[in-house]
Amino acid sequence: MTVTRDTLIDFIYDEARMLDEGNYTDWLNLWLPDGHYWMPLDYKQSDPINQTSLMYEDMFMLKLRVERLNGARTFSQKPKSRCHHVLQRPFVDEMEETRFVTTTFMHYVETRLDEQQLLAITARHDLALVDGALRIANKRVDIVNCDAAFRNIQLLP
Amino acid sequence: MGTYTDNPAALAALVEPHQVHRDIYTSQEVYLQEMKHLFANAWIFVGHESQTPNKGDYFSTQIGNQPVIQVRHSTGDIHVLLNRCPHKGTKIVIDRQGNTGKFFRCPYHAWSFKTDGCLLAIPLKKGYQDTGLEKTQSGNGMKAVGDVRNYRGFIFARLAEEGISFEDYFGESLTSLDNMVDRSPAGRLEVVGPPLRYLHHCNWKMLVENQTDTCHPMVAHESSAGTAVKLYEELGLPEDAPKPAAMEIIAPFMSAYEFFEDMGIRTWPNGHGHTGVSHSIHSDYSEIPGYLEAMTESYGAEKAKAILADNRHNTVYFPNIMIKGPIQQLRVFIPLAADKTIVESYIYRLVDAPDELTARTAMYNRMINAPTSIVGHDDLEMYERAQEGLMVDGLEWVNIQRLIEEDEDFETEAIENGTTERQMRNQFHAWVKFMTIAMDEKEAAE
Repeated sequence: MTVTRDTLIDFIYDEARMLDEGNYTDWLNLWLPDGHYWMPLDYKQSDPINQTSLMYEDMFMLKLRVERLNGARTFSQKPKSRCHHVLQRPFVDEMEETRFVTTTFMHYVETRLDEQQLLAITARHDLALVDGALRIANKRVDIVNCDAAFRNIQLLP
Repeated sequence: MGTYTDNPAALAALVEPHQVHRDIYTSQEVYLQEMKHLFANAWIFVGHESQTPNKGDYFSTQIGNQPVIQVRHSTGDIHVLLNRCPHKGTKIVIDRQGNTGKFFRCPYHAWSFKTDGCLLAIPLKKGYQDTGLEKTQSGNGMKAVGDVRNYRGFIFARLAEEGISFEDYFGESLTSLDNMVDRSPAGRLEVVGPPLRYLHHCNWKMLVENQTDTCHPMVAHESSAGTAVKLYEELGLPEDAPKPAAMEIIAPFMSAYEFFEDMGIRTWPNGHGHTGVSHSIHSDYSEIPGYLEAMTESYGAEKAKAILADNRHNTVYFPNIMIKGPIQQLRVFIPLAADKTIVESYIYRLVDAPDELTARTAMYNRMINAPTSIVGHDDLEMYERAQEGLMVDGLEWVNIQRLIEEDEDFETEAIENGTTERQMRNQFHAWVKFMTIAMDEKEAAE
């Protein structure tokens, strides 16, 4: 497959749609096995390991997170949360033969019961072309007001 | 003035040996009394000295609902000042931390103060000549808290001018803080990054009680810890293969009741106490290469082993912090209103210890205590359901009688079965004591 800017942009849109529709099986399949979903706690944080982040999750944690959402005794998901992404057109920042980097500004809405929160986020995707398919190598999600006190963020921005 | 304001009998009547009245969680009047009395008379955690390492460094925070500034004075001592210009009331600093140089300068009218609070200068001061400014509250600089203590790097303050001493207030409970600091080969901790900040729509005491509630993890956290165990089993990895990080951190929450019963709970006077006397969910963490060697070099083999063998779980320092010695975490339960609490979760680096320990600590913090944590989500759900459920009229008491004994004496240290609610009773005993201590003295004087 030939990767064009449009391929990359479509990929980012498709991923957001999977998250909004709760299509987690397909979403997990987008990932390379050693990928990490990183959500920093600090503004412009550079170290995900030796300092607290909101999330820094390997595939085991992401599977656990997704599997838990449907559990019979997942009390914080009774009733379930819903989410909604609005994307600006992704910037394609780096484009090599099989490695790509995009940056996308989004508004993320998550809701449950009578509460709804809006997060302005910047998502950086490290993508890789492996066996003819685009995959997520790593994803970094920065929340603009990362230093604010948050209520539960239960789904995936 | 309502039912509870400055009324020691009414406040004390909210606590019975085996139950507490729901107003203790739901009444805004009780909350305001807590701010006025409990948070003024008790010793409250302010910050860590490493948050203000250099002269002029400040950190703004709060004691109860009182905005305060922790600041490193020119002598090197740390002072705690109320964050309010004595002139018009403007908060002197707004950012969470920074360096103010040799003095604070109010941004409104440029009154300036030394970093110990003393008045330094007022522009156009002749306007106050012969007006008696020095006899007013406004003429004496920024007001300091009643007393401050730096205990091994942790800054505590008492708002009240007079009251219980730091030593009498904490007593033997300081052994938990000692163990956390001693785990550094240099005997020193440093704060790492900003804290997680997590907003709960519930009373702050629900969170504090939860810290020694050993009958909830396997129930409330089944969806996270139980699912982790299930996913791990499905992987079918060989026994000696490295476990996913989540298994080390989250899976112990599914330990059986017997595990928690056997670990024990110790209570100390003035509302302090901890779970995990003999062992805890932190006991079986994997060894980090080089750490024991560094500890042995600093302390000798025997003492190093003793420090690392003491794996206390949660230590509550009444009224509103919890520390985890084995992973260098401190959580502050900040009361904003009767039904509103922010939890800030800090982590510290063990100076001269391998970085892998900091990595595990950071991992614990985000996996368990972040607003994005699958463990934290279910805790918040329980607290907020309780806050709403407590509005039910006709059932007005909250039970705390698990493993209660007759005539419990909270003024002496005790070790009990790890599923007792004695520590919750201990907290409420101290709650009544420090809520009413100044009122009782006032009554006695009258």
